[in-house]
Amino acid sequence: MSFDFYRRHLLGMEGMSKGEILHILETARSFREVIMRPIRIVPTLRGYSVVNMFFEPSTRTRVSFELAEKRLSCESVNFSSGGSSVSKGESLLDTVQTIEAMQVDAVVIRHSAQGAPHFLAERIRSSVINAGDGYHEHPTQALLDMFTLWDKIGGLSGLKVAIVGDIAHSRVALSDIHSLKTLGAEVMLCGPKSLMPFKVESLGVKITSNLEEALEFCDVVYMLRIQLERQAGERFPSIREYRQRYCLTMERIKKFKKDDFIVMHPGPMNRGVEISAEVADSRYSLILNQVTSGVAIRMAVIYLISGGKDRGKF
Amino acid sequence: MSDKFKLKAELMNAEDFARTIHRLAHELVERNRGVKNLGIVGIRTRGAFIAQRLRSNILEIEGVEVPLGILDATLYRDDFRRKLKQPVVRVTDIPFDIDEMNLIVVDDVLFTGRTVRAALDELMDFGRPAQIQLAIFIDRGHRELPIAPDFVGRHVPTSIGEEVQVRMKEYDGEDKVLLVERVEN
Repeated sequence: MSFDFYRRHLLGMEGMSKGEILHILETARSFREVIMRPIRIVPTLRGYSVVNMFFEPSTRTRVSFELAEKRLSCESVNFSSGGSSVSKGESLLDTVQTIEAMQVDAVVIRHSAQGAPHFLAERIRSSVINAGDGYHEHPTQALLDMFTLWDKIGGLSGLKVAIVGDIAHSRVALSDIHSLKTLGAEVMLCGPKSLMPFKVESLGVKITSNLEEALEFCDVVYMLRIQLERQAGERFPSIREYRQRYCLTMERIKKFKKDDFIVMHPGPMNRGVEISAEVADSRYSLILNQVTSGVAIRMAVIYLISGGKDRGKF
Repeated sequence: MSDKFKLKAELMNAEDFARTIHRLAHELVERNRGVKNLGIVGIRTRGAFIAQRLRSNILEIEGVEVPLGILDATLYRDDFRRKLKQPVVRVTDIPFDIDEMNLIVVDDVLFTGRTVRAALDELMDFGRPAQIQLAIFIDRGHRELPIAPDFVGRHVPTSIGEEVQVRMKEYDGEDKVLLVERVEN
């Protein structure tokens, strides 16, 4: 009922307790109600300022954070690396300290280097929210995925989830694995061996390279995008071959006759590569629910983080 | 809650409780000359249960079920950043259009008036009611804002160190109103 949530940073899902995750989900449920109102804005965080620092391209995460901030009445400022002093060779810490000196309360950061948000959290006074760091974590994405599932089916305990595709380049996969395991779900990873990270089995997950085996196993299939911008294309012979083996098509789903089957994808989708257009738009798909959940989850995270009073401490 | 309380008096038992609700329901209907355009909005947590009871009493009196909404004013409060941790946000549920309605806002205890201020601000974001009235079960005084109730179950003059606890079956397992004093530990 009155759960103690004292975090003032959100850096990753690793090590977050079940109680903390559920508290964020409960809070997000209240915020989802707010964004369905005729006036979708509450005055809660008036005067709280947030800087969105995106050192990597992003559309949905960034828009989602911006909307979440605006709907909480935060002041928000956007910063992207192109056209800023970063292109003049300024270091990450200098950039952030400069901005912090303008008195901001929180920094939302996406960066291509694993651990960049952790590095900042140790060095600046503001709260830090990780919006994706390299191949490491993307905690708000995992939280919105958990929220979408929890909202659809209630508890996640015993749920079987297969994550399919480019696991090696995916921060979403890692954050989702931690969250799903903490909430009691079983996880199977599926993809070509060349896209499987080294020693991933140590996370307590099943591994297969056969999509049919994964579909047979799971209640929920989570398709990942092939990250061509991270040279994923060098790890398998051709897109055509990948599609033949791993594209989620209606025929493949129907083969297992699971009526309440669920398909998810973090977006952006490569339609016709990892997921067919027909599946993406089908009744199995929760992909748009995920997007709606994203704003509510980010409102909940900013709201809770802003209450972490013990500054200077994690 | 780590705060400890010492019981000073029992202000109402279950029978008193029911009578007061009953009287308030009659007053609401009388003052509004029936239930046309009337809607009730309870403030979480116990204000919502008082609102439900008023509604079922009005149903008995007038034979009409008036629309009922539940409001969580947490996001509109002005004191949340003075507390040590964020208060739990719960869902507001107003399942009817409040435009041009005569709304009765209901809460269990009226103290500083800050919760009511927050609730009024929140309601304004849902639409433009024709009128808003305030019904309070216990008014304990010590207002910090210019807010006055239209309907009062009972006035209870208190000192600042005292507290009025409204206990309700739906939430606390019994209907009772207690006057308690906070004990420093």
